[in-house]
Amino acid sequence: MTDLTAVDKVLQTHNHDKSMLVAILQDAQEQYRYLPKEVLTQISIKLEVPMSEIYQVVTFYKAFSLKPRGKHICSICMGTACHVRGAPLILETVKKHLDVEPGQNTKNMQFTLNTVNCVGACAVGPVVQVDNTLYGNLTSMKSIQLLKKFEKD
Amino acid sequence: MAKKINSWNDLKALYKELNKDLDPKSQWIAICEGTGCRVYGCLDVSKALEGELNKQNLTKVKIVHTGCHGFCERGTLMVIHPEGIFYSRVKPEDVKEIVEKTVKNHEIIDRLVYVDPKTNSKIPYAKDIPFYKFQKRVLLSRNEEINPTLITDYIAHGGYNSLAKALFEMAPDQVIKEVKDAGLRGRGGGGFLAARKWESSRKAEGDVKYIICNADEGDPGAYMDRSIIEGNPHSVLEGMIIGAYAVGSSNGYIYIRHEYPLAMHHITEAIKQAREYGFLGENVLGSDFSFDLKISRGGGAFVAGESSALIQSIEGKVAEPKAKYVHMAEHGLYSKPTVLNNVETWANVPLIIDMGSKKYSEIGTKTSTGTKIFSLVGKINNTGLVEVPMGISLRQIIFDIGGGIKNNKKFKAVQTGGPSGGVLPEKLLDLPVDFDRLTEAGSMMGSGGMIVMDEDNCMVDVAKYFIAFLQEESCGKCVPCREGLKQMLEILEKICSGKGEMSDLDTLNDLSQLLTDGSLCGLGNSAANPVLSSLQYFRDEYETHIKDKKCPAKVCKALIKYRIIEDKCTGCHLCLKNCPSHAITGQVKKLHTIHDDKCIKCGICYDVCKFDAVIKE
Repeated sequence: MTDLTAVDKVLQTHNHDKSMLVAILQDAQEQYRYLPKEVLTQISIKLEVPMSEIYQVVTFYKAFSLKPRGKHICSICMGTACHVRGAPLILETVKKHLDVEPGQNTKNMQFTLNTVNCVGACAVGPVVQVDNTLYGNLTSMKSIQLLKKFEKD
Repeated sequence: MAKKINSWNDLKALYKELNKDLDPKSQWIAICEGTGCRVYGCLDVSKALEGELNKQNLTKVKIVHTGCHGFCERGTLMVIHPEGIFYSRVKPEDVKEIVEKTVKNHEIIDRLVYVDPKTNSKIPYAKDIPFYKFQKRVLLSRNEEINPTLITDYIAHGGYNSLAKALFEMAPDQVIKEVKDAGLRGRGGGGFLAARKWESSRKAEGDVKYIICNADEGDPGAYMDRSIIEGNPHSVLEGMIIGAYAVGSSNGYIYIRHEYPLAMHHITEAIKQAREYGFLGENVLGSDFSFDLKISRGGGAFVAGESSALIQSIEGKVAEPKAKYVHMAEHGLYSKPTVLNNVETWANVPLIIDMGSKKYSEIGTKTSTGTKIFSLVGKINNTGLVEVPMGISLRQIIFDIGGGIKNNKKFKAVQTGGPSGGVLPEKLLDLPVDFDRLTEAGSMMGSGGMIVMDEDNCMVDVAKYFIAFLQEESCGKCVPCREGLKQMLEILEKICSGKGEMSDLDTLNDLSQLLTDGSLCGLGNSAANPVLSSLQYFRDEYETHIKDKKCPAKVCKALIKYRIIEDKCTGCHLCLKNCPSHAITGQVKKLHTIHDDKCIKCGICYDVCKFDAVIKE
């Protein structure tokens, strides 16, 4: 069973305000690292918003995940500046290296691979973000070396 | 707790107080802590510098932790004042020498000085570096001087004086007139006259009116809004408060992307401090005017940057655009009159009030006044943020400021305007950059991304990239956009894999027309621009893909192969060891072979080979 104390607290901070749905979901995801079904049900009941509407919002915005996520979140920037400097090659290599497609977790749950449409660090592209840190001027080779650092911790 | 400022005189007194010990000869060091420099590890440099100055008992030398200086290519950037000595690519291990030689003895360290790639000459002072010299930095210059997390830094540089001037010397209508006379056009994409929106909203009936700042900078390849919010958040707040006063609004929102955590942090801190000082809240600066604002975080959807979709998102709903006959100025957020402008537009407002519309409109061209910030990125020597007067030519931006193409390659195209814009070829390099001329050429200003491409970039691939991007980001409401983009993408994929037919080009044209005519919002209306402009200027590349089954830039994977040249391969094993798909075989000191069936064409072998023995063909 998922502990619902954290989501109740989030709902309280936002005064159970329906118009704050996106923010509530963002805060809840920060607490649980993803959005478990029980959490969404709780939000639906407390805000009196139908589950269908919540599901619509959660699946519309890229920031939300309905599946548990790996220990490290690796996001490959696919912005234009990164694209022209070789981001597609990096994505291809990382996919092969981790043996996953974007949006999936590695079997050992160490990584979640994502793509992101521009993180705004265009001058140092190609850029890969691991958790909250950006790494720039990468090549296929450097990106593998980078991920190796996160394989064990 | 800071003392609340209750009048213009209070503000003037604080300004004086903050500047009273200012000695123009005193030494201070600005370190760029923008997102780009953070990637280069600037925070470690800052830490090392603090430690070294303390150790040497040089506590009088002030360190200013600033936002982005723009020259991201050369990070970490450090400027030593009062001389303005510019050091780039600074590492923590350089700090000791900097303090010893430059801070203590005013000696310039050759190794850290910028070398102009064109002339190979060393340029020690920021003001002489071509990247800065040819710009007109009226918005970005403050980024180099202030700590964005300290409101007092902003006030000490004259911040919030425009707000006071508007509140105490100008009627709301006068503020609108000033912005109108200045000719300020929205910097977010469409280039609508800002004052026209303000005016309609002011005239619209209703007690509650909203002011919104669009900081959902979704255009890939553009990051000026991020840098303004990170480096000078109060300039945006001040612009919004002035706008609120002009329109008669007491509530506002800043809608910001969740992908920008540092910007989020700085704007949150700025709002908190502005409230403490009395620039936000009840009775701003002791006047009758009250205004406050909230932050709304984006959820990661490109279409949310479209104004009508954005307000849906603030209301906690799915960000789907609405039809344009519903005017936001009358029926915007929660159906109330709403003014929405983007970050750069708001940041221009205090400047207009300060300079006056006459002086402001002297910058730029007749119909596009002021400056525009571009993110000059891609295959260019000096990547970074550049602020130029409107009307300057693409050539000046790319070659004089940008220092030309990387690795002496040949310029092929520049892409402006993000996914709604287009690619412009070499023959248009002398085009003056303003809202109207870019649109005439089949591209657009957009939010200011300028992605430079060289001979190694394939224009069909770039068109495919944008269509793939838009297809993924289309909200799905209008059929032509949802289905049309999908069909266009399939055709482009077919062409890139060597299976295209000449008739595909006509189909692309037809679909483009359909999208433009049949979509509700700007995303769909302009989605075909990347295809149309590349077809207009680079049709031969499409034809080579279709007729010769070749990708001239050697980008499209299905049309290229990697091969090892016998004469050059030394059998060093380096490519074999690094190949992620085990597609290379060969014994040490003997010729290696790449097996096409296993090769994923990631290019690692090409990158690692020290003997140029791997080729693409």
